[in-house]
Amino acid sequence: MHQGLSLASIRSRICLFFWLCLAALPASAQAAPGMPGMLEADSTPAREIMGLSHFVLLITGSIFAVVGGLLVYVIIRFRAREADAEHEPAQVYGSVQVELAWTVIPVLIVVVLFLTTARIIFAIQDAPEPASALDVTVIGHQFWWEFRYPKLGIVTANELHVPVGTPGKPFPTYLELLSADVDHSFWVPQLGGKTDLIPNHPNKMWIDPEKPGVYLGQCAQFCGVEHAKMLLRVYADTPEQFEAWVKNEQRPGAQDQAVEAGRHVFETQACMNCHTISGTAAKGTFGPDLTHMMSRATIAAGAADNTPENLNAWIKNPNDFKPGALMPVMQLSDEQVNELVAYLSTLH
Amino acid sequence: MADQTFPIPDSLDRSPSRSAALLEWLHSWVVTVDHKRLGILYIVYATFFLLVAGAEALVMRIQLAIPNNHFLSPETYNEMFTMHGTTMVFLVGMTFIFGFGNYLVPLMIGARDMAFPRLNAFSFWMTAFSGFLLYFSFIGGFGLYGMGSAPDISWWAYAPLTAKAFSPGHNTDYWAIALIVSGFGTLGAAINTLATAFSMRCRGMTLFRMPLFVWLLVVTSGLTLITITPLTAAQIMLLIDRYLGGHFFDTQAGGSATVWMHFFWIFGHPEVYVLILPAFGIANEVIPVFSRKAIFGYPAMVSASVGIAFISISVWAHHMFTIGMTSVSNAFFVLSTMMVGIPTGIKIFNWLATMWGGRIRFATPMLFCTAFVLQFLCAGLTGIMLSVAPWDWQLHNSYFVIAHFHYTLTGSFVFCMFAGFYYWYPKFTGHMLSEKLGKWHFWLFLIGFHVTFDTMHFLGILGMPRSIYTYGADRGWGALNMVVSIGGMIQGIAVLIFAWNLIDSYFHGPAAGSDPWDAWTLEWSTPSPPPAYNFATEPVVRSRRPLWDLKHPQDPDWKYER
Repeated sequence: MHQGLSLASIRSRICLFFWLCLAALPASAQAAPGMPGMLEADSTPAREIMGLSHFVLLITGSIFAVVGGLLVYVIIRFRAREADAEHEPAQVYGSVQVELAWTVIPVLIVVVLFLTTARIIFAIQDAPEPASALDVTVIGHQFWWEFRYPKLGIVTANELHVPVGTPGKPFPTYLELLSADVDHSFWVPQLGGKTDLIPNHPNKMWIDPEKPGVYLGQCAQFCGVEHAKMLLRVYADTPEQFEAWVKNEQRPGAQDQAVEAGRHVFETQACMNCHTISGTAAKGTFGPDLTHMMSRATIAAGAADNTPENLNAWIKNPNDFKPGALMPVMQLSDEQVNELVAYLSTLH
Repeated sequence: MADQTFPIPDSLDRSPSRSAALLEWLHSWVVTVDHKRLGILYIVYATFFLLVAGAEALVMRIQLAIPNNHFLSPETYNEMFTMHGTTMVFLVGMTFIFGFGNYLVPLMIGARDMAFPRLNAFSFWMTAFSGFLLYFSFIGGFGLYGMGSAPDISWWAYAPLTAKAFSPGHNTDYWAIALIVSGFGTLGAAINTLATAFSMRCRGMTLFRMPLFVWLLVVTSGLTLITITPLTAAQIMLLIDRYLGGHFFDTQAGGSATVWMHFFWIFGHPEVYVLILPAFGIANEVIPVFSRKAIFGYPAMVSASVGIAFISISVWAHHMFTIGMTSVSNAFFVLSTMMVGIPTGIKIFNWLATMWGGRIRFATPMLFCTAFVLQFLCAGLTGIMLSVAPWDWQLHNSYFVIAHFHYTLTGSFVFCMFAGFYYWYPKFTGHMLSEKLGKWHFWLFLIGFHVTFDTMHFLGILGMPRSIYTYGADRGWGALNMVVSIGGMIQGIAVLIFAWNLIDSYFHGPAAGSDPWDAWTLEWSTPSPPPAYNFATEPVVRSRRPLWDLKHPQDPDWKYER
């Protein structure tokens, strides 16, 4: 009686466990309304990875079902019962045939998995760069991203703009990945896998988004205090949008007499040591290029929205948004900060 | 009259005071060279740091439970995950395996002690010192600069984040030196284990009659000798960079960040096998005894273990699929990594076959081992997923990876350690652990484990990277992180129940007798706890299960074993 009860309770526990696992799947899908991830692939490398992953999941899932099922069967079927408590079960020491079978089958599975995987590695990693591709140099910094478009003469930060392809005619962007200080990793799950940015070790990767829109990502290699707030946005623009964006970025910084005071603050304080605003004396390269900072939706590598209030607070004390950010507290008066924000707000 | 004694005042009839007796007792533990006492020291030390590093994990889980939390500063969070990883691998994992190994290897092979008892004591105290050195960084990390701080460079410590320019102060030095010191302790223990197993076996115990636990300790020790060396070399190079103007990893002077990665992972990947192989060893002892059957395919189990060790030396760069290796290198490490699946698969099938047709008693040790088999299966399968380099480009450094390796290190390693505790605690102390508390411990830990780590897989697929101290509410990771944190707390409660069980049963547990589980290896032929030098006379064995032969004289193993 006692044994029967516990057997039933074991069964119910196992059932409960599997139900919980099943329930977790839709729950996790619903838990993420905001940010699509690698499952909503929208670029050739990401899609190829998804296809491969479905295949691998099918194989590993089948192995799990078979072996896990065997284990559950063994647990239920061969549980000790009162009736045969006295004598030991038959002793079996092994079987060469059986051992061979469960060695050869995994070998075959490994061969299949390896060949499939190798094909995708070569397809993604060794894809030749078409002449028409856009080149962007990505430079990782503690804790922000610098994007340089060498052929277009553009330097920007944290928000990468790339053109989308037209159906049947993808437009790839090839990224050269460098680092100014420590290791970082470029990861936008919808567009592709991650590749590290390592000092003295240039890397390459490519993306070719097809749907216009914004794709979120972030640094995926621990890089210091503010690794968590080294966020990344990729804007996939239609060809017209991209052309307009390029035109705007190629202009020198706005020169508005009304905010002359703010520009004066920028050029006479330490701001100019780290930041560049083209057309002014500020040519620093330690921090992000601010020439067109109003064309960006966020500040501080995605740590806050780009609003005058946030800008104001950020300049007063960067540690409020990003404790550990390398931008120092500038010790400016409230009036100077207001003038500065007014000036920066004209940099469209 | 001449033979009359004259009492000298204050000398003869003074019994030692309580505090003197306590001091004497403590002293005997410090100077001991007895393998059993050193084994217990290792295990107590590991259990202490298990609680410490577990607490660090829970602190991190409180911080991550809700988005934009301010419970910890980013600096403290980074220290917590660095210390959690370093502690769990070097101060918990390594010391658990050598604790069980120390205690059990001589007993299982019928020896009176380890081959080098003094080296044994030296190894333990080196290891112990390294842990205290590492934790002293909390108050000494910045030296004379002011407040202290612990290392905050992550446990894989990628260059050049560890260079003076990015990691001022002394916390990185504490980390590097602690690992060098612990490495020496580990090397000593490994050499000792090898020497013991190869030269101290009792009469009749050929290599192919050694209990599988001993075999796995041998394989692990061999692997340790191979893997600790590059780690120690790398740490010394790091210190040369930091203090003597070397440029091994100093990228600003032409050094190489990737060379550190290679050094670290050629240690780091075999290291997980160093940890998991002794866990297999425990499963190899527990599963047959509680299934009442001989282990299925002993020769296959031995060769699979050796095979895993060999293959594991060639897989390290699967931690580096994203650093921009050539496509051919990537493909090579895909293949070598997938190949590990073959011998590990053999092991899982052999455990199933051992249970098949048995009469399985689900006492607490067997509960932990059964859960281990299922969880190790999952860990292996997610390992296959991660070995698929393109998919790894997505999953690498995400919570999927964290979930995967906690399935191996918690779901497999720690589960087997718990099984080992419940199984051998009667031998260590002479008292049984409470089965009732044990069942509570098991079920709570199992539930907590799955709530935590199953959920982490989904977080990884949703794109949450590791090592981040916070995340925005708009990213949609909040609910799942709350679930993970709740699971962590459940595990914490389970471990506290376990710790209480260890203490309470020592004083109130029922007497164990020499052989409470009706088991078959030599340690169960000694009283519990075994006397000094274990065996009054050298045992003679004729099979892999000497006590089975004794208990079944008409049907002994040596008639059938091949």
